[in-house]
Amino acid sequence: MSAVIENHHDDHHHGPAKGITRWLYTTNHKDIGTLYLWFSFAMFLIGGAMAMVIRAELFQPGMQIVEPEFYNQMITLHGLIMIFGGVMPAFVGLANWLVPMMIGAPDMALPRMNNLSFWILPFAFFILLSSLFMEGGAPNFGWTFYAPLSTTYAPPSVTFFIFSVHIMGASSIMGAINVVVTIMNMRAPGVDLMKMPLFVWSWLITAYLLIAVMPVLAGAVTMMLMDIHFGTSFFNAAGGGDPVLFQHIFWFFGHPEVYIMILPAFGIVSHIIETFSRKQLFGYSSMVWAMLSIAILSFVVWAHHMFTVGLPLAAEIFFMWATMLIAVPTGVKVFNWVATMFRGSITFETPMLFAVAFVVLFTIGGLSGLMLAIVPADFQYHDTYFVVAHFHYVLVPGAIFSIMAAVYYWIPKWCGNMYDERLGKLHFWLSFVGVNVTFFPQHFIGLAGMPRRYPDYALQFADWNMVSSVGAFLFGFSQILFLFIVLKTVMGGKKATGQVWEGAKGLEWTVASPAPYHTFSTPPKID
Amino acid sequence: MFFRLLKNSKRNVLLPLIFLCASPMISADWFALNMTRGITDISNEVFELHMLIFWICVAIGAVVFSIMFYSMWAHTKEKNPVPATFHENHKLEIAWTIIPFLILIAMAVPASKTLVKIYDDEAGDINIQVTGYQWKWQYRYLEDEVSFFSNLSTDLDEIYNLVPKGENYLQEVDEMVVIPAGKKVRFLITANDVIHSWWMPAFAIKQDAIPGFVNTAWTVVDEPGIYRGKCTELCGKNHGFMPIVVKVVEQDEYDDWVYGKRQEAIKLAELTTKEWTTAELMERGEGIYEVNCVACHQTAGQGIAGIFPALAGSDIALNNKDRHIEILMEGVQGAAMNSFDYLSEVELAAVITYTRQAWGNAENGDGEIVVPKDIVDYKEPKI
Repeated sequence: MSAVIENHHDDHHHGPAKGITRWLYTTNHKDIGTLYLWFSFAMFLIGGAMAMVIRAELFQPGMQIVEPEFYNQMITLHGLIMIFGGVMPAFVGLANWLVPMMIGAPDMALPRMNNLSFWILPFAFFILLSSLFMEGGAPNFGWTFYAPLSTTYAPPSVTFFIFSVHIMGASSIMGAINVVVTIMNMRAPGVDLMKMPLFVWSWLITAYLLIAVMPVLAGAVTMMLMDIHFGTSFFNAAGGGDPVLFQHIFWFFGHPEVYIMILPAFGIVSHIIETFSRKQLFGYSSMVWAMLSIAILSFVVWAHHMFTVGLPLAAEIFFMWATMLIAVPTGVKVFNWVATMFRGSITFETPMLFAVAFVVLFTIGGLSGLMLAIVPADFQYHDTYFVVAHFHYVLVPGAIFSIMAAVYYWIPKWCGNMYDERLGKLHFWLSFVGVNVTFFPQHFIGLAGMPRRYPDYALQFADWNMVSSVGAFLFGFSQILFLFIVLKTVMGGKKATGQVWEGAKGLEWTVASPAPYHTFSTPPKID
Repeated sequence: MFFRLLKNSKRNVLLPLIFLCASPMISADWFALNMTRGITDISNEVFELHMLIFWICVAIGAVVFSIMFYSMWAHTKEKNPVPATFHENHKLEIAWTIIPFLILIAMAVPASKTLVKIYDDEAGDINIQVTGYQWKWQYRYLEDEVSFFSNLSTDLDEIYNLVPKGENYLQEVDEMVVIPAGKKVRFLITANDVIHSWWMPAFAIKQDAIPGFVNTAWTVVDEPGIYRGKCTELCGKNHGFMPIVVKVVEQDEYDDWVYGKRQEAIKLAELTTKEWTTAELMERGEGIYEVNCVACHQTAGQGIAGIFPALAGSDIALNNKDRHIEILMEGVQGAAMNSFDYLSEVELAAVITYTRQAWGNAENGDGEIVVPKDIVDYKEPKI
């Protein structure tokens, strides 16, 4: 009996179910990874459409296409959807696909929870988006939802927002627990911690950050819920509460959160640079230690988002120095990537283009972050477009470029076909130009004095806002090309070999392309 | 700063295009690239810090990127078919940890020094309490007993592109904060409803205005002039429409201004005891409504469904004068409606009368008006 099953492994007992139930009931890490990736792509396009509304309104001074109330709903939903719907699920999708294959495990450790953690996400975003059609409109208090604007002064839909954040949080925590348990328990014999691929390391650290801070976010929104409906005054000064407490709690979640959105990118980029430089990563262990330091430091820098709330001098100085300290491990990572490329044998396929752009543009975002850490200068930068430019540089050509790089890099393994290299490069160059034309001028606009979250602005900001909008439309519409390239690759194309890339190393390249539905049912041999 | 920018507007190559787009503008600037140098000692120091950090970042970027670009150019597969095999070099790794650390200290030390100066806020010569409201600023001069609100004065038609935009579009107010040159002015910053943030770039002051807290900031401005700033914390729909304008004048002129403001206050007090007709109250009330109420309750009193209740046809505005007064005086617990007890008796009576008479409310309800004495009576028993 067992021999029969062994022989017909794929097409009988263990193959994917047919039809929609395959996706609804699946416990397969590859299917769930695919679901996460498509879901995040959909959210990326929805959040992107909102960005287009924002940039269209800011194309010129004056109110043209939307009212300020709706503009505030757009900035709020754009932020929430891109963070919780775009970047985070994309990384979870990549973790699902890659972590088991990279460590030689047959699947994630908790496959049913894996299914649950994905399938509650669409409901969370359905609830969030449905608030657009509610009386009083969608949440309009910014993705940072500072109380009391988000409590006493919020539209009624805030309750739905809170519920949806709770669901997203539950999904993230389940996903994170799954990753930790998988990595800790299911590594093939011989895959020691310090031999794990960097993407696995980056996700292990990210997962711990998620487990640590998502409950803090849940606490913050629960306190909001109590203030709104049950008569408490956590954040209401009139009732003896403290609006600044909200910001401390929020950023205690929020700062590790921004590293949650960048650490997996570090892992991805390390793999890609290594592969296309055809040279071993310069300093594996220093990369691991750098990620660990960044993660630990992320818990003691939160108040650098709050330099203007009136913190005592000692607190300002502590948070300034602690924040600047993060530049050290971040620098180590950048130097490592450069040293890996140095005297390598480099080719520039699409994933490498995205990875190189990541290093350059993420570094620019990091350097502007360093400027923002200087408290007296931050009094001028805070809440201006300089900040908007900074975090979009680390999130768009940072996190999102790394996700695109990952898609191009691993898609031949996922679906067995090579993507169209010419179109991939076109997509890269359009995105690269678009992203810089959009966000670089925002440094100027911010330094010249335009605050963020303004639906309309004084005339001296007009020129660069127009440029920024033009760039945004270019970047936005280029992503339709990305969708086309991905669909084209899924449907067909040149067949990929198992190895795919000449310089690629790691267990995922030892299996066939496309990767069989079940891989490493018996652990691989590691030398 | 703004006026300097105007001069450069001829260089704007897109200007004709912008005119075509039906949004006439008189200024814009491709050269507004950097932070503007401030006009106080502190804001100059902040500017210097900004430039120092900026150039350090440029230098770091230049070094890292030139090595990287060199390697992208010289170490391609074509030029260097056999990759090197080196990895890990403890000396190099220690160097690239220690050197950035030292650079950071070199940046953090002057920054900390400036910060200590900024935090040295002993009592000022003049103390002004700044209170953020949705969506305006109130200024109370604690020593001189002067108090007023400062609202955006840009016309709605400019915002909605019906008329050309003025040179101070969105940066002009109906009443400027006036401070004397050469004196230490301390701002005590707080808020009445949500969090706002009072930003005056020329003074390098940005302090959040938080309900229940009083933050302080100070400045000494030597150069008389008009300086423009903005609210920098998202505070609701008109966040972008509550600018700050400070006028710095010589001491004499300041004294005259204070005198004038006090005379105004005396006149206002006299108005309270005057006999008012409905038409007079209506006329005054309309202006007050447009400044204070229209943002939420809208021009025809229709409100915004689900968030801001309509006043036109509202039972309270039609038939319940006492509750109407009470709402304005106390606000509505748990809703965006705050107390407006900071308005004068005349202003309150006028705006209540206006909302009870306008939009057909007089015809549909009891049509009762409210006179300043009603407000005085409401306040009486509480004392």
